[in-house]
Amino acid sequence: MITLRINGLDVSVEQGSTLLEAARFLGFPIPTLCHMDGLSPYGACRVCVVEIGEEPKTKLVSSCTYPAEERLNVRTASARVLRARRMILELLLASCPQSKTIQDLASAHGIRQQRFKQEYEDCILCGLCVRMCEEQMMAKAIGFRNRGQNRSIGTPFDIKSDVCRLCGGCIYVCPACQLRCTYTQPDKAICGGCANLAPPCLEKEQFDDMMCYMDPCVACEVEKKAQKER
Amino acid sequence: MKQEIATPNNGNSLAAECVDEASVLKILEKHDEDRGGLIAILEEIQREYGYLPEKALRVVSDKTKHSLVDVYGVATFYRSFSLKPRGKHLVCACLGTACHVRGAPSIVEELEQQLAVKAGETTADMEFTLETVNCLGACALGPVVVIDGHYSSKVRKYRVGQLVDEARRGFDSTEIGNDQRIFPIDVSCPHCNHSLMDEAFVIDGHPSIKVSVSFDHEDGSLRLSCLYGHYRISTELDIPIGTVVNFRCPHCHVQLPSTSDCSVCGAPMVPMLVYGGGMLQICSRRGCKNHMLDLA
Repeated sequence: MITLRINGLDVSVEQGSTLLEAARFLGFPIPTLCHMDGLSPYGACRVCVVEIGEEPKTKLVSSCTYPAEERLNVRTASARVLRARRMILELLLASCPQSKTIQDLASAHGIRQQRFKQEYEDCILCGLCVRMCEEQMMAKAIGFRNRGQNRSIGTPFDIKSDVCRLCGGCIYVCPACQLRCTYTQPDKAICGGCANLAPPCLEKEQFDDMMCYMDPCVACEVEKKAQKER
Repeated sequence: MKQEIATPNNGNSLAAECVDEASVLKILEKHDEDRGGLIAILEEIQREYGYLPEKALRVVSDKTKHSLVDVYGVATFYRSFSLKPRGKHLVCACLGTACHVRGAPSIVEELEQQLAVKAGETTADMEFTLETVNCLGACALGPVVVIDGHYSSKVRKYRVGQLVDEARRGFDSTEIGNDQRIFPIDVSCPHCNHSLMDEAFVIDGHPSIKVSVSFDHEDGSLRLSCLYGHYRISTELDIPIGTVVNFRCPHCHVQLPSTSDCSVCGAPMVPMLVYGGGMLQICSRRGCKNHMLDLA
């Protein structure tokens, strides 16, 4: 067991657990975007920053990747942490303003205004879908491609992967909904869910209480638009 | 993230068909799969084809422990790998800071105009591929343009056309004409004084030097380029690199008498008389480039 201090409380956690796990065990909430239980930690979104060390030599680390250390002093909601987290969220929001997950998180952190140019990207490159595909679905159908500014997630050669089983796990975990249904371009679809599986949302009248994990679903939107034009 | 569509070489179905699975497997065999030398494998495939064909990447992922996603990720991560077929000549213009302030952008512009392609593209006749790099580490010589491994420093706009023409002709052929260090020589047998020159067999546009060679119970003839410092040979024998070969005169059939050993590898040096006085000595080991020229 490792004894460390989180927000002034001494706590013992098991060897090998991360700061995020320790803090959540104690009940201190730390927001995350790229973390999911059952997937390996990745540390991409940086929303889970915490402050570690003693004044004046403290530093910010991502709690999802930092292992708990003996007698470590951790602050999960200090002024410095909150300031950094707000900035990170504001930047994430600038790249993905349409993501409901990020919007909710940002407003929960008191962000009311957007100072940066909005990019309307579909992806924050958190790698959740890639890890989901590899670690839980054992498929390795999607991965990172290119580098730097051009980095993107998708299948090799941008064609439908042979190993993809259309499980939809990538869509399910996506916080920015990059991999939402590409209804109008079935060739480029990574899962092809909407085009191939006839999603329930298209028959909403028959199943009124259907749940859809894509909200709003592109397929529905396209359908609505087409109806309006008619 | 905007979808960056890497075109899976649509326009070049011919080149894609040429990919031979056996040759890729041969490359894979050479590499120890457990060590995970994926980059080395990809480099070798690129050396073979000039780019990374989709089929080759699929073979690599099938035969190694790497998934296609990983192979594709590595292939797209590094700038030196290309998934699109590249031209015969690779033109690489430096756009690093130092080259940039010395006018590299206008050089690139000129290259784009002369080749009628944008940076990163290949000409329609598959002759030239124009690429830019962010630094070649030769900042004092900027702007630097590298064509097929030949560095040109302090390139000005008016030289771009010359360089492209030179590349089209091939740098090796222009070097023989211009380079003072490379010149043709006439040699004869030191025993019978019979000329060894063979007018009928031409290497690099000059008569070749004909000698009889033997090694390991095999014998035949060997022709050397008469261009001093050019090392090109032609033979019907398959002489492994590192073999010490016996040289004989094709006329008197006497072994060319060795008077000294190679200072590099220790093999006997083979003497030949140079027309007009003097002695040329070359190392008898295949692959050793040691030679001496004494002009009287």
